Amino acid sequence: MKNHDSHITSYALNLKVLLVLLILTMTSILVIKFHLGAYTVALALILASIKTTIVLTYFMHLKFENLILRLMVGGVFLLFAIIIVITFIDYYFR
Amino acid sequence: MSTTEHSEHSEYIDSETGKMGMWLFLFTELFLFGGLFIVYAVMRSKYGEEFHHAALELNAFIGATNTVVLLVSSMTVAMSLTAIQKNQPKLAMILIFCTLLLAGVFMMNKYFEYGHKFALHLYPGSDVMRNLPHGEIMFFGLYFLMTGLHLFHVVVGGILLTIILLKVWSGKINQEHFLLHENGALYWHLVDLIWIFLFPLLYLIT
Repeated sequence: MKNHDSHITSYALNLKVLLVLLILTMTSILVIKFHLGAYTVALALILASIKTTIVLTYFMHLKFENLILRLMVGGVFLLFAIIIVITFIDYYFR
Repeated sequence: MSTTEHSEHSEYIDSETGKMGMWLFLFTELFLFGGLFIVYAVMRSKYGEEFHHAALELNAFIGATNTVVLLVSSMTVAMSLTAIQKNQPKLAMILIFCTLLLAGVFMMNKYFEYGHKFALHLYPGSDVMRNLPHGEIMFFGLYFLMTGLHLFHVVVGGILLTIILLKVWSGKINQEHFLLHENGALYWHLVDLIWIFLFPLLYLIT
């Protein structure tokens, strides 16, 4: 049978994840309203990254997927991070 | 279901690889938007002052509303998958319909937002925009490109979810076969993920 052993995320967990995401959104709006100067961009990006991780883990079921898929996703994000770093090295030391 | 040992096995394989294929596609989407984020980052460090001034033009309230709309729609689509897995197709259909409604709200907000920009003649190629400082042209260009590309993904996601809704209704998607539903939900979550970054970068940080 297809998807025989797949994990079922409960309605309650989905709702809890949404509440956490909404709280994080409110936090990022408030944080940026306080104008923390140079830290604003960094903080906004950190909060967005946390939200992304939560969506990937729970809504996109990565927590319950097999190891290969999780490694693939992790690897691609790592590759993306490396590309950003290399681009900025190129940009600043050109 | 009339299935033999063999067909059960091959169907299982199909589901796993089908999902992996969807993830591979999502990776290409990450790099499509990722490239644009890198352009945004470089331009922001180059034209900090002009980006600051141009970003004030955007309506953070509409941006925040759309963030909440997409987050809630992400939950309803995730719940619809739960409903299918628990063999509650009616509830699944209601939840997919809610997701489609929220997608409609998102697009309506975008319509008003773009409409306002067009009324101010702030669109690529307009005389007003051509006379702006270079950094502001870059900001609005990136704004229209990134949100426009994202909006296109919302439309595609909406079409995909409509197909899924019809297949749940006809029984083709059910407790045993829901790969398309799973992949459609993954796509919708990606649309949400992209917006999670677009919102602070374009609307919040000024």
